[in-house]
Amino acid sequence: MNLKPFALTLALLTGAVAFAASVQAGQSTSLLNVSYDPTRELYQEFNAAFTKHWLAKTGQTVSIKQSHGGSSKQARAIIDGLEADVVTLALAYDIDAISEKAGLLPANWQSRLPHNSAPYSSTIVFLVRKGNPKGIKNWDDLVKPGISVITPNPKTSGVARWNYLAAWGYALKQPGGDDTKAQDFVQRLFKNVPVLDSGARGATTTFVERGIGDVLINWENEILLSTKGTGKDKFDIVVPPVSILAEPTVSLVDKIVDKRGTRQIAQAYLEYLYSEEGQDIAGKNYYRPQLQSVAAKYATAFPTVERFTLQEFFGNWQKAHKTHFADDGTFDQIYLKGSK
Amino acid sequence: MSTEIATTVKNEEWKASLTGESTWVRWTLIALALGYLTLFLFVPLAAVFAEALKNGLESYFAPFQDPDTLVAIRLTFIAAALAVPLNLVFGVAAAWAIAKFEFIGKQLLITIIDIPLAVSPVISGLIYVLLFGAQGWVGPWLIEHDIKIIFALPGIVLATIFVTVPFIARELIPLMQSQGREEEEAAFTLGASGWQTFIHVTLPNIKWSLLYGIILCNARAMGEFGAVSVVSGHIRGLTNTLPLHVEILYNEYNAVGAFAVASLLTLLAIVTLIVKTVIERKSGPAQSAHDPAWSPQPGSPS
Repeated sequence: MNLKPFALTLALLTGAVAFAASVQAGQSTSLLNVSYDPTRELYQEFNAAFTKHWLAKTGQTVSIKQSHGGSSKQARAIIDGLEADVVTLALAYDIDAISEKAGLLPANWQSRLPHNSAPYSSTIVFLVRKGNPKGIKNWDDLVKPGISVITPNPKTSGVARWNYLAAWGYALKQPGGDDTKAQDFVQRLFKNVPVLDSGARGATTTFVERGIGDVLINWENEILLSTKGTGKDKFDIVVPPVSILAEPTVSLVDKIVDKRGTRQIAQAYLEYLYSEEGQDIAGKNYYRPQLQSVAAKYATAFPTVERFTLQEFFGNWQKAHKTHFADDGTFDQIYLKGSK
Repeated sequence: MSTEIATTVKNEEWKASLTGESTWVRWTLIALALGYLTLFLFVPLAAVFAEALKNGLESYFAPFQDPDTLVAIRLTFIAAALAVPLNLVFGVAAAWAIAKFEFIGKQLLITIIDIPLAVSPVISGLIYVLLFGAQGWVGPWLIEHDIKIIFALPGIVLATIFVTVPFIARELIPLMQSQGREEEEAAFTLGASGWQTFIHVTLPNIKWSLLYGIILCNARAMGEFGAVSVVSGHIRGLTNTLPLHVEILYNEYNAVGAFAVASLLTLLAIVTLIVKTVIERKSGPAQSAHDPAWSPQPGSPS
């Protein structure tokens, strides 16, 4: 019986384990920033800047790890034990959820940093095929029959909720607008949605790479980014006259930073987002800076749009979530009805 | 020359007379089969490499200089290197027990082995979140003792093991059942111990099927996406495996990078298949006759 080749294969496998185990990297001070989908480019640049700043200031090398995905999915992962030192998510509600369900940070987290803990703001705009063949100008063009609209799933995606509330708010602002009319408006809009991706980036990919849909509703920053480079000749940006003021929020995760001993550096990391350099990087990556001096520099990059706030029509995220996105909320009613 | 042609024609006629099909029917069938394979296998495979090499060799190799990619490669190897040996031991033990012995609950064991093939990989990942997540059954205890399972290496390895459990066992069970237990019984009568019987009688009989099982198991372990995605936490440079890294690169509008890394996975698969062919060739026709060339399918009867 010749067992040699067999034994050899086994030996090779064992060797592979030993090799793999031996190259485990050494540990240095590290931070984990759990973020939402479209911030990849922003934090790639910001992390490099902060690492440099921190080394110059303290002589300490820090390695910052990133995790990206749909905002609610990311919050869920933190609740389930993903050890994030800082969270930079699409909306306050997802950070509220971490506080509420896992108690990892205090309920008043949003008051700990300036501008409601939103170091940059954004809004919701449209992306259409080059030349705008369907003539889309405003929210009410999205509900016309035969228009195919791409927006992600409000159950899992942060931007999808902003999209939803922006459409709802638009309908409320119309003469004689009320909740019944708004619900009807949003329902007609979702009738035109052929596919619900789980996150902002997935929706962009569906529209840009897979060529599905006439119009994509997404973050202004995500849309400005996708028209850079190869997308320039294929798409046009359409800015509706009215949209929502979107505030992606950031926070420390208290229980994790205390456990890992990273509170000081995590705090410095978040504060650096508000610094001149941090704001500049935000502006460069198509997020609207909060700092006046930096905002002025990028004024021409961002189209003028009347932005209503969440508070104006929906009170706060807790209320908005309960009415619209919780089980049996308006989204469930609309979507179940729409599919029948 | 003319005799040669004549012989070929004769041969063709003779073959045709065997199946009773006319030449065009046979060629149509062959063309259909080849066309199908080209359309669904070769073209997509070639496309992976074409896309990856679109901007030249330099941009092809660029993603492999990225430390995040190297970590992903290492992580994938670690997960496979732990999952495969463990499933090897379990698979052989389970197949040995099922094929050679009668016991209560045997059917149940076979069914349990099949579960990972029957459930969606997402569920395979979620069960570990439910067990070891911070809100899960043993989560709080793990946090207290500072043990990380999900969103870390152990979770990825566990999920990989779970989805690859059936591969070796399912490869061996039909073969071992068809071989019966006469040889083992003979060995026992001649005074061999259980271990001796296994090493000298059972193992030589199954070694090629076993190797085939290992290869399939390894391929799946390296390629697993769904279950690993759920427990990974997607921390780049830490808990991203190769398939997850491909998705990340693609989502970052780095299509060339994504396809370059994908081509590495494809190459790994091709190398595995070549190794398998070489081994089969070396083993000679006698052994490969034992090879049932069977691959596990969800819900296939045992």
